[in-house]
Amino acid sequence: MLAGLAVALLGLPLLGLVIRAPWSNMGGELAAPEIRQALGLSLFCSLAATALAAVIGIPLAWTLARVEFPGRRLVRALTVLPMVLPPVVGGVALLMAFGRNGIVGSALDSWFGIRLPFTTAGVVLAETFVAMPFLVVTAEAGFRSVDTSLENAGLALGMRRWSLFRRVTLPLAAPSIAAGAVLCWARALGEFGATITFAGSFPGRTQTTPLKVYLLLETRPEGAIVLSLLLLVLSGAILVALRDRWLGVRAPGA
Amino acid sequence: MPGSARRGAVAVALILAVMSVLASCGDGGQKAAPDPTGPTGGTETPASLRPARITVLAASSLTEVFDRLARTFEAQHPGVNVTLSFAASSSLARQVVEGAPADVLATADHIAFNSVTAAGLVVRRQVFAVNRLAIAVAQGNPEGIRGLSDLARPGLVLVLCAVEVPCGRLSARVLRSAGVETRPASLEPDVKAVLSRVALGEADAGIVYATDLLEGSSVAGRVDEVVIPSEQNISSTYPAGVLRGSDPDRQAAAGAFVDLLTSADGRRILADHGFGVP
Repeated sequence: MLAGLAVALLGLPLLGLVIRAPWSNMGGELAAPEIRQALGLSLFCSLAATALAAVIGIPLAWTLARVEFPGRRLVRALTVLPMVLPPVVGGVALLMAFGRNGIVGSALDSWFGIRLPFTTAGVVLAETFVAMPFLVVTAEAGFRSVDTSLENAGLALGMRRWSLFRRVTLPLAAPSIAAGAVLCWARALGEFGATITFAGSFPGRTQTTPLKVYLLLETRPEGAIVLSLLLLVLSGAILVALRDRWLGVRAPGA
Repeated sequence: MPGSARRGAVAVALILAVMSVLASCGDGGQKAAPDPTGPTGGTETPASLRPARITVLAASSLTEVFDRLARTFEAQHPGVNVTLSFAASSSLARQVVEGAPADVLATADHIAFNSVTAAGLVVRRQVFAVNRLAIAVAQGNPEGIRGLSDLARPGLVLVLCAVEVPCGRLSARVLRSAGVETRPASLEPDVKAVLSRVALGEADAGIVYATDLLEGSSVAGRVDEVVIPSEQNISSTYPAGVLRGSDPDRQAAAGAFVDLLTSADGRRILADHGFGVP
């Protein structure tokens, strides 16, 4: 019965969205440029953030899984921190570091003319900050679950380290990494607090879908519902497409 | 280790106990000392109200002045507690329509207020203040902004309110009337966010309300004002009203609060904070 309550809690809001959507004018709503603009920007930024998180996060995950170094516990805590930090706090922290007067941002601005706030790159940075932990934690678990005897066998056979990683470790950890990437992408897609605080809000440049929904709620609620529904359908489609991978990861255990 | 586990549990219990005591004493932080200037001149004899707690939702630009008005009101009516909540007017209107429990609503323009009236939730309505726009720049005005036309300067980092909120609608009108085409870096969801961008140095300029830039404001010392002359400026009138409710004590207190806004005391406090009177 309690499980039934859980299903109701998860299902009713989604059902509400579907039922309250302006179906009679759906074509008109979907054609609205602002809707497509927000969705397109969100997709671009979340995918870019996931790519960035993979490029720098997978090496981090491997290091945490395989290398004993002083301060490893601290680094792992640091990696998990954005998961528990309220997103707006993350946004403020990003401003303090990468803002125009930030500890790194001011140097970036005066030496290279690079400004991150108010740019699409800033959105990607903010989303990577909040979403990367999901990828790193899951990938680390995946690396840990790789049987080291297989790696040792590879080394004994004379494989070089990079070859070993690419042809033995990575494929074995791939399901976990893929699941982590999906979680990372979903988290990046939904990010609001850090994005609006750090990158601001401007249509087509930094106004991602959650920001657009927030503003539409006050002026044109039907638009907000349509956009929410689109995001729901998109997320649902990805989850359904990857469900085998999802279930495949659970078996070896974290 | 039972000993250290028990010590840990005691520590956690102590922390939780202290936190819950602090939280219950907090009362939303509104229980400050009574307004030192107090009601003057005896022009108002405060009617005696039954004890009640009322919730006042007010536009962001009313933050400082409503803090002071709430303290004055509580001093005039011991036993009545005012809880304040500030956000963009459109956000507040949506919250009220969605059922947020509030007794008084004060917005920065009529569009937001009208949506609440249309939902049949307003019992009484009154215009109580007038505000104008101004340009916020960093302390010392390093970019040398002289007026609206400077805001179109290429390379200047300008932030404005989003057009969905009152400040944004007004800014857009003022800029359009002056024939100034800007390329803002961000369109913030409320006016205080615009102000903080400039105060933090993330933006060079922003259009805010004149009242946000007064000397006593929270960002005093970090932002300067560039005045928008009257012929280019726009006045926005602020409506306030009592929201429909079933508790007669709260309704009475809410009515008295709205009365304060248009009383001599209220007008004096509003004027101190840079608001005009209608």
